[in-house]
Amino acid sequence: MNTVSVTFTINGEKETRQVRTDMTLLKFIRETLLLTGTKEGCGEGECGACTVIMNGKAVHSCMVLAAEIDGADIQTVESLAGSGELDKLQLKFMEHGAVQCGFCTPGMLMTAKALLNSNPNPTKAQIKEAIAGNLCRCTGYKQIIAAIQDSSRGGRK
Amino acid sequence: MSKTRLVGKSVPKIDGITLSCGMPKFVEDMPLKNPLCARILPSPYAHAVIEDIDTSDAEKLPGVLAVLTHKNVPRIVHTTAGQGYPEPSPYDTFILDRKVRFVGDRVAVVAAETPEIADEALSLIRVRYRELPSVLDPWKAMDPGAPVIHDEPEAYHPISAKYDPQRNLAAEVKAVAGDLAAGEKEADFLVEGTYHAHYAQHCPIETHICAGELDHNNRLVLYTSTQVPFHARRITAQALGIPLKRIRVIKPRIGGGFGAKQEVLLEDLTALLVLTTRRPVVLKLSRQEEFLSSRTRHQMFTTMKIGAKKDGSLTLMDMKVLSNTGAYGSHALTVMSNAGSKVLPLYRCSNIGFHGKTVYTNLPVGGAYRGYGATQSYFAQECLIDEMAEKLGMDPVDFRLQNHIRTGETSPIFKALGEGREGNEMYIQSCGIIECINLGAQEIGWREKRMSVREGRFRRGVGMCSLMQGSSIPDIDMGSVYIKINDDGSFNMNLGATDLGTGSDTIFAQMAAEILGVESEDIIVYSSDTDMTPFDVGAYASSTTYLSGQAVIKSAEAVRAQIFSVACEIWGVTSTEGMELREHCVNLSGKDPILLSKIACHSLYAHNQHQIAGNESHITKVSPPPFSAHFAEVEVDTLTGAVRVLKYVAAIDCGTAINPRLAEGQTEGAVANGISYAMWEQYVFNDKGRMLNPSFNHYHIMRTCDMPEIKTILVPTYEPTGPFGAKSVSEISINGGLPVLANAIYHAAGIRLKEGPFTPDRVLAALKKKGNG
Repeated sequence: MNTVSVTFTINGEKETRQVRTDMTLLKFIRETLLLTGTKEGCGEGECGACTVIMNGKAVHSCMVLAAEIDGADIQTVESLAGSGELDKLQLKFMEHGAVQCGFCTPGMLMTAKALLNSNPNPTKAQIKEAIAGNLCRCTGYKQIIAAIQDSSRGGRK
Repeated sequence: MSKTRLVGKSVPKIDGITLSCGMPKFVEDMPLKNPLCARILPSPYAHAVIEDIDTSDAEKLPGVLAVLTHKNVPRIVHTTAGQGYPEPSPYDTFILDRKVRFVGDRVAVVAAETPEIADEALSLIRVRYRELPSVLDPWKAMDPGAPVIHDEPEAYHPISAKYDPQRNLAAEVKAVAGDLAAGEKEADFLVEGTYHAHYAQHCPIETHICAGELDHNNRLVLYTSTQVPFHARRITAQALGIPLKRIRVIKPRIGGGFGAKQEVLLEDLTALLVLTTRRPVVLKLSRQEEFLSSRTRHQMFTTMKIGAKKDGSLTLMDMKVLSNTGAYGSHALTVMSNAGSKVLPLYRCSNIGFHGKTVYTNLPVGGAYRGYGATQSYFAQECLIDEMAEKLGMDPVDFRLQNHIRTGETSPIFKALGEGREGNEMYIQSCGIIECINLGAQEIGWREKRMSVREGRFRRGVGMCSLMQGSSIPDIDMGSVYIKINDDGSFNMNLGATDLGTGSDTIFAQMAAEILGVESEDIIVYSSDTDMTPFDVGAYASSTTYLSGQAVIKSAEAVRAQIFSVACEIWGVTSTEGMELREHCVNLSGKDPILLSKIACHSLYAHNQHQIAGNESHITKVSPPPFSAHFAEVEVDTLTGAVRVLKYVAAIDCGTAINPRLAEGQTEGAVANGISYAMWEQYVFNDKGRMLNPSFNHYHIMRTCDMPEIKTILVPTYEPTGPFGAKSVSEISINGGLPVLANAIYHAAGIRLKEGPFTPDRVLAALKKKGNG
């Protein structure tokens, strides 16, 4: 099996690894980097559970090859509280009851994070559009949208 | 009810922070050492005999460690339904069989070093099938001469229930109260119709997954995404024919279940592969397999006849159900029974009939799914109640208010229809349905909108329905809880009740902390592990809050009594009278409070040493129903047939909401699933019984862009038999989608849809038919 060397930043740390050319970024994150916060819900780019931020944009990591991340900046859910302090989004998810089983939560948070990074004051419609690719079967989304909306208000932590 | 400190407060979910950091381990996150990957070979045929199966090439492939077929696994008949013992579901399943009964049925399983090798190994298995005629229409399943799906001699029903596999009859139940003929005769008006509740899948975002390994004592440890750890242990031991004591089942975090994981689906194969290879094994269903091969909502046809007098009183409610359990009879009897028992008692009527049949077909297998039969038959009942209101010239709200069951009343159905046996007599002790209806009607603007003009291309309408469910299975379900004190005055609470994302760990911590005078974060909750936690039937039948909650209270009270005894020793008093637990202390008037940490250390290290601990269990004689009223406003585009749900209101009486935010979350999640089911979700089959749309791309579940405005109204009541007055909350709200939207569409456009989902093609066809009629 062919491999290729990639140099990338993962949650602020620069790394160089040899990766198989057929390995998805999702598998690489979970099985090689052992960051298991990122989840697989379908493996087909249809549920958003595997969402990470790559070069500032939310991507389905099951639809990206690890070989593509040379030079990229990758953030996973583990980065949110990386400084030891919870991100405002995490606090607001808690406060609004936006977490039920928690399986879609990491992907949902990363999509929301990418949205707020590029648009600190999104409208409700923009929030709904941003997370339209993230499926949740537990909450009905209402509390998730409220949490993101609340995170965007009153500046960022 | 006395004032509570934590119960009734929306304390944050105790695992919310770690979940939002991606920390808790789900099954796939378990750090196993070099696990093998297992993959299942599915049947391409709806009904076939495996004439020959050759695995030699697959076995020779480097990296393949095991290939299992019906030839080399134990042949022990069992059910995969994760229910109490003996299960009220037919024993009609083998780990692997020489016959396949639906497209997606399992033929063989391999374990290999990598997923790629496992997939290649599957492709090397050569199977010679002899295709058999199949049964794809449940209405024809019992025709004379129909192919017999379970012709194996071993199939039988473990409880005394009607079961006739030679006629593809998986279950049959009849119950009559009063006199149906008289009820029909007394009626001034009759309405009748057949409503079809269609196939659907639970779609937990985490698919079914099980991982296994041998521990240092050569025992089998299964980490599994299950709602029923104890049933999973028992059924796995039974299916493999190994001692139960050799198995430990651990439930880590669960990525949603909704009933799908009340099924012991992968544990048997995982266990066998671990025992065969002596290596850790992970078996996970792909999203496609989740649709094709796991479990579904039982497809159900409900035919109902309702009779009423001119004064609006009901004289007859007669329900006939045809339920399709697919290829195996998992929950075949009980889902069908619930279609009557959780639905018919909603209205006062002396003459009530129920006759249900569940048939086998060569289609995907039914199972437990939130709502559990009630979802299916509420479609019929609540649409026909609307039809009757129209015949009577009454407003649907007023008609329901006149007829619904009230506090202090009973229904003969409670006794006549149980779960695979007679039910329990029960009088309603808490009922907030009047408030639910009135508040819901107000929120949607019922009176004005019912009068609105509906013409032109876009027509708006409003509809409603009433609902009830139960709270656990009386005389069957049992929950048990263990609590002990630690040196610092914190408590461990180990329980078999299974939090699958619902928040039950949190509400139990609230209950225990309330009694023990501490904060919820002082209760360290551990659920569930068959080696470490006491027994609980698991998370199903709307039982967790109501039933296991009472066990939490009993255990906490037992611990409190022991704490008071130690306080007696320390204070040198003989009576515990007047003692209270408050702010981490035992308090007694005239004495200095004693910190719980001091009580703990005194009992652990100083005098009369012992562990303060309690382990209590609870069963229930009744299953008090939560009640709910749903209202919806829709807009029908009469040109394209597209229906838009504009607003949805769910007013619910779940007794005391232990944690209102979590209760709202349960309600909103169930409402969303109910709307999604009614509007978009469907199994599309070809004429060979193959489901054609097994992906989220083609099986549409609600996304944010589909959301209507959803309003949840909690209507507090106090259920005297429940923990702090609580009843169940999880299931009931999924039942409203089909009937409330059908009723709203009827109000908007005058078309009566009797089959979901309410897609533009169905709406257009109905509009066309109406136009021509």
